[in-house]
Amino acid sequence: MKILAYLETLDGALKKTAFETITAAQTLAKQSGGSVVGLVIGSADTAQAGVYGLADCLVAKHALLEKQSTSAFAETIAQAAKAENADVVILPASSTGKEIAPRLAVKLEAGLAPDTTAHEIVGGDLIATRPVYAGKARLKVKITTAKKVVTIRPNVFTAKKADAAATVANRDFAPNLSDNHVKATVTSVSRNIGKLDVSEADIIVSGGRGLKGPENFHLVESLAGTLGAAVGASRAVVDAGWRPHGEQVGQTGKTVSPTLYIAAGISGAIQHLAGMSSSKVIVAINKDKDAPIFQIADYGIVGDAFEVLPKLTEKVKSVVHR
Amino acid sequence: MNILVGISQVPDTTTKIVIGADSKAIDSKGVKYIMNPYDEFALEEALRLKEKNGGTVTAVTVGGDTAKEVLRTALALQVDKAIFIKSDSADSFVIASNLAAVAQESKPDVILFGRQSIDYDSFQVAPMVAELLDMPSVTMTSKLEINGTSLTAERDIEGGKETVSASLPAVISAQKGLNEPRYPKLPDIMKAKSKPIEERATTSTAARTEIVGMELPAAKGKGKIFGDSDGDISELVKLLHEEAKVI
Repeated sequence: MKILAYLETLDGALKKTAFETITAAQTLAKQSGGSVVGLVIGSADTAQAGVYGLADCLVAKHALLEKQSTSAFAETIAQAAKAENADVVILPASSTGKEIAPRLAVKLEAGLAPDTTAHEIVGGDLIATRPVYAGKARLKVKITTAKKVVTIRPNVFTAKKADAAATVANRDFAPNLSDNHVKATVTSVSRNIGKLDVSEADIIVSGGRGLKGPENFHLVESLAGTLGAAVGASRAVVDAGWRPHGEQVGQTGKTVSPTLYIAAGISGAIQHLAGMSSSKVIVAINKDKDAPIFQIADYGIVGDAFEVLPKLTEKVKSVVHR
Repeated sequence: MNILVGISQVPDTTTKIVIGADSKAIDSKGVKYIMNPYDEFALEEALRLKEKNGGTVTAVTVGGDTAKEVLRTALALQVDKAIFIKSDSADSFVIASNLAAVAQESKPDVILFGRQSIDYDSFQVAPMVAELLDMPSVTMTSKLEINGTSLTAERDIEGGKETVSASLPAVISAQKGLNEPRYPKLPDIMKAKSKPIEERATTSTAARTEIVGMELPAAKGKGKIFGDSDGDISELVKLLHEEAKVI
């Protein structure tokens, strides 16, 4: 299968998701006996992609692409997929990728497997695994069309460096775009400076009602700061107005799969567990030894989060040398 | 203003998932079904747009027989019209095509959805409908302002927000925080029971994906659980560093 990997950029550099996309694309190319071509939109330094084994990369440029319109991005990727005769297009299931992929699938008359965590080729068919019901179950879905679009969940396909780094050969790609391809346009972006988002973090420290009040969340923030982690929250404390809903982890918040998830003062309601149970290592801190969170925890401390967190932060400091 | 809002029915968030006998879907026995939580924000926004600008709100659902219940809720919240399309398809393209067919006929100025349904979590329907109708789309919308035929929206992105502008007609998917949904009043719930729901046949769209199987995630082994003494906490940190190698 010929695979087109859409590589996300930020401020002219490839994002972490780009390397994950390359790794997922190469794994699929190896399984199906095919090759991978990358695609970036706008000016970006693609050299780093070679470290992950990418040798061939399209660089799409057009004045209309500067408006950051996902509909124009989708059209560009569709044209590139056709020009390269790609069988599969892989994108990250990021906030932008989730807007582009459905449009792209319609344009290519392709089936779309969204937010996938694994792929296999069975009898020439692409079968993707993806979490459903916020991770309470896993679905295996076969794409039945000739052309296929797949988005991958961030943080799942660990970017793998190639045995020998490749030199990336960039090829200019000029899409044929008109004003009608530019629909919604981004007029401004505001980033929470210095604040990691739970959907992108390798480590998350989340707090729940066991913290007793919003004024005690500095204990969670302090441990998160020591670990370079993002701060998460349970639905109970978001609904109570202690924390912004952007931090909510769970079925009606964000679904996350970090390397380390520390749940402090969270009992583990089923809808919270759904959002974080695919984390690689889970640490639970709760004073109720029968709390459901302990059933999925790899490590646990039975104790009051309010008292345990400061001690834990001190001891972590001595290990991470920060 | 002519507003179309797509709503769906999903298992309640407290549902413990049991896989059905065919291993391709969940066992629906004993499951409590609710309106998809994100669709509540879409429906509320539709009602507010009508209150501000006048016009009509049409609610549409594509789903199995029981999904009609969410249209009763929408009628209790005073939508003007309810359309039900019976389909058991889990294929987003089939669902989007059915919704786009309704829109092609009713020519809405604004089409609203929840950002995702919390069953299949696919995030696909809103942009697919927009593409089928050649309209702009804004997903994960946490703030929406409409002035005449143009809109400004804020959408959640990783670690921040984006401000987006577009012109109507447009497709919007709602994020939590867009508004505070109202509850239906009891007399309105009673009245909604006798209001008409228009039923339509599905389009002949072919599915582009096929469910091969559904399974529960692998069960975890028993974790290492400690007390809260200084020694216990030191041991935990040591294990995280040396055994799990995550810090």
